Amino acid sequence: MFEILGKTNIDFMGKRKIAFVFSGVLVLLGIVAVIQIARGAANLGIDFAGGTAVQLKFDQPIRIDEARKALESNGLSNADLQEFVEANKLLVRIKTSTTIEEKVADRVVAVFSKEFPNNKFVVDSSTEIGPTIGQKLQQDALIAVLVSFFGIILYIAARFEFRFGVAAALSTFHDVLAVLGAFYILDKEITLLVVTALLTLAGYSLTDTVVVFDRIRENLRVRRRDNMETVINNGINQVLSRTIVTSLTVVLVLIPLTLAGGEVLHDFSLALLWGVIFGTYSSIFVASPLLLIWPGGGGHLLKRG
Amino acid sequence: MKKVGGRFALLGIVLVLSVAFFLPSYPRLYQALPDWSKKVLPTKGITLGLDLQGGIHLVLEVEEERAVEIAVDRSVTAMQDQLVDKKIPVESVKRSGPSQVTLFFQNADLKAQIQKVLEDFPSFYELEQKSTGGSLVYELREGEIKRIKDSAINQALETIRNRIDQFGVAEPLIQRQGLKQIVVQLPGITEPKRAKDLIKETALLEFKLLDESSKLAMELPQRIPKGKEEEVLKQVQGQLPEGDQILFEKSIEKDTGREFRTPYLVKKRVMLAGDVLSDARVSIGQFNEPYVSVTFDAKGAREFERITSENVKKRMAIVLDNTIYSAPVIQERISGGRAQISGTFTMQEANDLAIVLRAGALPAPLKIIQDLTVGPSLGRDSIEKGVRATLFAGAMVVLFMMVYYRLSGVIADFALALNLICLIGSLAGLNATLTLPGIAGIILTIGMGVDSNVLIFERIREELRQGKPVRLAIDGGYDKALLTIIDSHVTTLITGLALFLFGTGPIKGFAVTLCLGIAINLFTALVGTKVVFDTLNQRRKVEQLSI
Repeated sequence: MFEILGKTNIDFMGKRKIAFVFSGVLVLLGIVAVIQIARGAANLGIDFAGGTAVQLKFDQPIRIDEARKALESNGLSNADLQEFVEANKLLVRIKTSTTIEEKVADRVVAVFSKEFPNNKFVVDSSTEIGPTIGQKLQQDALIAVLVSFFGIILYIAARFEFRFGVAAALSTFHDVLAVLGAFYILDKEITLLVVTALLTLAGYSLTDTVVVFDRIRENLRVRRRDNMETVINNGINQVLSRTIVTSLTVVLVLIPLTLAGGEVLHDFSLALLWGVIFGTYSSIFVASPLLLIWPGGGGHLLKRG
Repeated sequence: MKKVGGRFALLGIVLVLSVAFFLPSYPRLYQALPDWSKKVLPTKGITLGLDLQGGIHLVLEVEEERAVEIAVDRSVTAMQDQLVDKKIPVESVKRSGPSQVTLFFQNADLKAQIQKVLEDFPSFYELEQKSTGGSLVYELREGEIKRIKDSAINQALETIRNRIDQFGVAEPLIQRQGLKQIVVQLPGITEPKRAKDLIKETALLEFKLLDESSKLAMELPQRIPKGKEEEVLKQVQGQLPEGDQILFEKSIEKDTGREFRTPYLVKKRVMLAGDVLSDARVSIGQFNEPYVSVTFDAKGAREFERITSENVKKRMAIVLDNTIYSAPVIQERISGGRAQISGTFTMQEANDLAIVLRAGALPAPLKIIQDLTVGPSLGRDSIEKGVRATLFAGAMVVLFMMVYYRLSGVIADFALALNLICLIGSLAGLNATLTLPGIAGIILTIGMGVDSNVLIFERIREELRQGKPVRLAIDGGYDKALLTIIDSHVTTLITGLALFLFGTGPIKGFAVTLCLGIAINLFTALVGTKVVFDTLNQRRKVEQLSI
């Protein structure tokens, strides 16, 4: 047998204080991010905020500062530019609260054909989204999050016990907030795709948590005399190699996707990559200790089992 | 002895079905197949999403309020006609609000007569508290307003469908979304701007008489540069005769390509509108310039003949969407129901104009509220990168499993391959649309797909460590892992479903892939790998398991 880990016996629960402090910081960041999004101060993608994005593919490399100057001298001063150097691509994003009727996309194209006549380009993609659509999307995304949140609590509460459901849902929320916080700190754009990634990582993180919980439940049925802390520690240690192997395979998949999946998928994969790491951590250090601090504690666990 | 034959047969059937469903998605292979097989095989496979093959996705909103105004304006004209017919001298009939009509008259005795005439317009009712001795105020009924708004969107939908049909796009999607939105998806289109113009053009064709009697008509400038229209309108403000308006004619100077506008004083009253057209064709004139010739239906032809006979030597403007295309002098009565729309068109513009005229006018202007355009090169790029990343990621996982779990890893890899084939096969079977996030979903399935087998293998290892014989260890491993696998899959499925129900476009595609992947994964892990282990066990007594 080739093993990364042999039989382990790590006292995970003993480190819960450190973990809670660490997670507290992550969650705090995430909450700040959520507040900033609600205030409209975060870097929301145009699919949520409304606006225009035009991606151009040039024949020759184009300098970002020249491109900005060209746009500014033609009255498009609030543009946000991003370049993909390897393919001479330039992404121009302009957030506006006005309607599409202004044809910002056409104006951007006109500016580049006027100011850079010797550097031919094709329009890779152009997106224009009115503000009403963005609001609808925000709403839909919020509903999707809430529905899956309660669906999960209900399912786990039915299969395990209410506290397991709440612990799993909270730790999943923790992961989503952590990634959101990281995106906020790095000022990365939060697009519809990133939200999809967040929901997917919620799914992944849950799977991970459920596997750990499942083992804890199983152990609880057999060993009634050990105290909770030991039971939980044993459960985590028993599934530890599975947790690591699975996370590793997913990470193995996500790394090439992040590095070479193309610009559209980059942030999506990155969010998932962080999510897998946080998700693995949270199953062990957040979800499981949460079972311990549930008021009314110890012996009632899984009477229905 | 456990029976494995049935399960192998099941796997075989699933595999064959998957491949059969997938075949149409790969045209080069599909074309090479013998003809008899095409009768058995499905004809439609995976559709590539807009983000992969390029195209446009539009969400349009019908300006319903305008539709109501337009309908009221039409009624106003009809009321005027009736009153003139009955020789009742009213001062003016005007739309005085979005859905309100006010009639002014000098003689209070006329009131009862006018009320009588307006009984012919049952969709209006009198607002008695607003009417006075010299005026009557009518309001469109609530139910009628609702009907107009509702039919406006249906008519817009129908019109757009007609136009797109004639424009020729493979597999367009045109549907209503919510109360007043229309979604238009045109995959693989190469001239997005032209298609958008074609959809958005209201194409309201009207024939209106010029007002040549007014002094103002003489004072209007001959030609102004493009963009100065507002100034002209401001100048004449206040001098406009009752019932008249200023409309502009477009012209382009051949040598310089500069655009000019010529203002005309036109009577607001619509003599004839585009709804009486039966056909519109592009023709070539004597100077090789394209023009559009229109044919009226029987009613329109009669009407056109009457109008032209009554207005000989006067000028009539041909107006499309409030722009004058030409304003010829009526030389004589025109019978036969034909007219020409000439102007400074290119061949393509004339073609598109003929299309929109044939397909009919939109009942109200449309507003584009969402516009996604993806060029074909980005799509190709995305597919290439996506496929490359998938292959690479797949190879990494396959290798890892082989190194870590040896022979059992190979079995898990076999399940993974099965998983991928089934997933792609069922996507094709459902005629699903593959989007970029969808590809990500497939890649993710690779990563998460081995999870079930990892769970099982770790369990088997535990059983083996406890000294159980191989066969018992395998069965025990599967049994104990089963519940965990189901629980973990169902929770992921819940998120997938939420995404599917509330997601839009590409997100939905991702959700479909994710949900299918999870379901198929359950099948391949619990049936696929188990049957291989059972077969190994059956052939000979396995003393040691390579795991």
